[in-house]
Amino acid sequence: MKKSDFTILVVDDDPDYLFQTVFNLEKAGYKTMAVESQAEAEAVIARFKPHLAIFDLMMESDDSGFILCYKIKRKYPDVPVILATAVSHETGLSFSIDSEQEKLWIRADRYLEKGIRPEQLDQEVMKLLKL
Amino acid sequence: MAVLKVLVIDDEPGIRSGVSRILNNFHVTYPFMDEDYTFEVTEAGTGEEGIIMLERDMPDILLLDNKLPGIQGVDVLEYIRKRNYDIVVAMITSYASLDVAIRATRDGAIDFIPKPFTPQELKSSIENITKQQYLKRITHKLKQEGKKIRYQFLSVLSHELKAPLNALEGYLRMMQEKQAGDRIEDYATPIERSLQRIQGMRSLIMDLLDFTKIRLERKEEKIQEVNLTEVASEAIVTVQPYAIQMDVTINLDVRSDAIIMADPDDMEIVFNNLISNAVKYNKVGGKAEITIDSSDSDAILIFSDTGIGITKNDTENLFAEFVRIKNEKTRNISGSGLGLSIVKKVVELYHGTINVDSTPDVGTIFTIRLPKKTVTIN
Repeated sequence: MKKSDFTILVVDDDPDYLFQTVFNLEKAGYKTMAVESQAEAEAVIARFKPHLAIFDLMMESDDSGFILCYKIKRKYPDVPVILATAVSHETGLSFSIDSEQEKLWIRADRYLEKGIRPEQLDQEVMKLLKL
Repeated sequence: MAVLKVLVIDDEPGIRSGVSRILNNFHVTYPFMDEDYTFEVTEAGTGEEGIIMLERDMPDILLLDNKLPGIQGVDVLEYIRKRNYDIVVAMITSYASLDVAIRATRDGAIDFIPKPFTPQELKSSIENITKQQYLKRITHKLKQEGKKIRYQFLSVLSHELKAPLNALEGYLRMMQEKQAGDRIEDYATPIERSLQRIQGMRSLIMDLLDFTKIRLERKEEKIQEVNLTEVASEAIVTVQPYAIQMDVTINLDVRSDAIIMADPDDMEIVFNNLISNAVKYNKVGGKAEITIDSSDSDAILIFSDTGIGITKNDTENLFAEFVRIKNEKTRNISGSGLGLSIVKKVVELYHGTINVDSTPDVGTIFTIRLPKKTVTIN
């Protein structure tokens, strides 16, 4: 399969981050679907299965991203999920999802810091899509 | 009911059982305490035994005799001091060794109880120690809470400051690498959005300055007679260009002039924030109405708009720092999330009240009451 056969769902309430992420992913060759809130994302997930999803953590509520991870994994266990947030630097909270225990409650496959370079993002996406 | 653990180290069994008997039926209470304190006494006959017991039980209070068969009381004290244990030590000592007691006090004992003591002497000593312990605990707790709140504030703040920088960085990289094309026109959206984010960051910084000003600056000499009608008129002039852009009409209805004792800068903050909110969260063609009224004791300010409104659920957190109601209707409205928390702080500073009454899609009414008389500002 080519990159253009994959649709990536991107959810972020920062319109600029959303615009840039979508721009970079499309430039890399993927198809995208962009929404700006947890509520919209839930509506999308209900009727559409993306090949991969990228969620922001803090949207309507502080844990919107976690909730979305949980919901998408329940419906489509095989869809890889990336949690992207700027939270760790500021709060000192770090969610590496390496330990088995963390995998149990953070249902994301990758946790990425916002502001990563477009090439890096492409790499991570390729790895998760096994390209 | 809180329990303080007391350990008695004394080689005289009579003293030990006496202390146990007196303290087991004793409780300390003060009007300012949340709860009564009672005591649970354990006993040791030697310093060595005492150390084992204090390692095991971590008592709150230690009653310590200096003259012991093996190691001395001062050695036990030294042991505790070296390990920084949070134990209040009172020396029990005969008058003859007052010197030792004084030295021990220097070494970390906070009190000494001369032997022989009456039950009343022991009780009043314990009472003092308890009060001291209580205050120490409360201070510690308050400090921790203060730290936590400051930390939360700073972490959210840095998130709010970083988000626009990330956006700008992303757009600039896009341009630097000519990702969207070779012509400047290809970057119209990124440029427009960058300017908007800069504007947003600027207003966040302005709000932050107001915020710190309220927290830090409290100069009594700035308090003067302020005519709120004048402050309102000036604030309307400031917001007017924005209102024209939004096609919102601002009306000022003065039912009775309200003159209060206040720092004019504080009042300006209140009016600027609430009037600009009334415009910002309004609908095209909507109205913002400011009413100034006055009762015998209070100035009454009403800010009503015909805007998007707030759900009952959302009003609960409305005045907290960095809270912005996120939904479809507020998506394209920028704000720092500090405005209303600043307004609330100012109002409280003057011992006033602020209330919100809102219906989604109909509008919002903020009502402020400020005492006219000078009140102590703290």
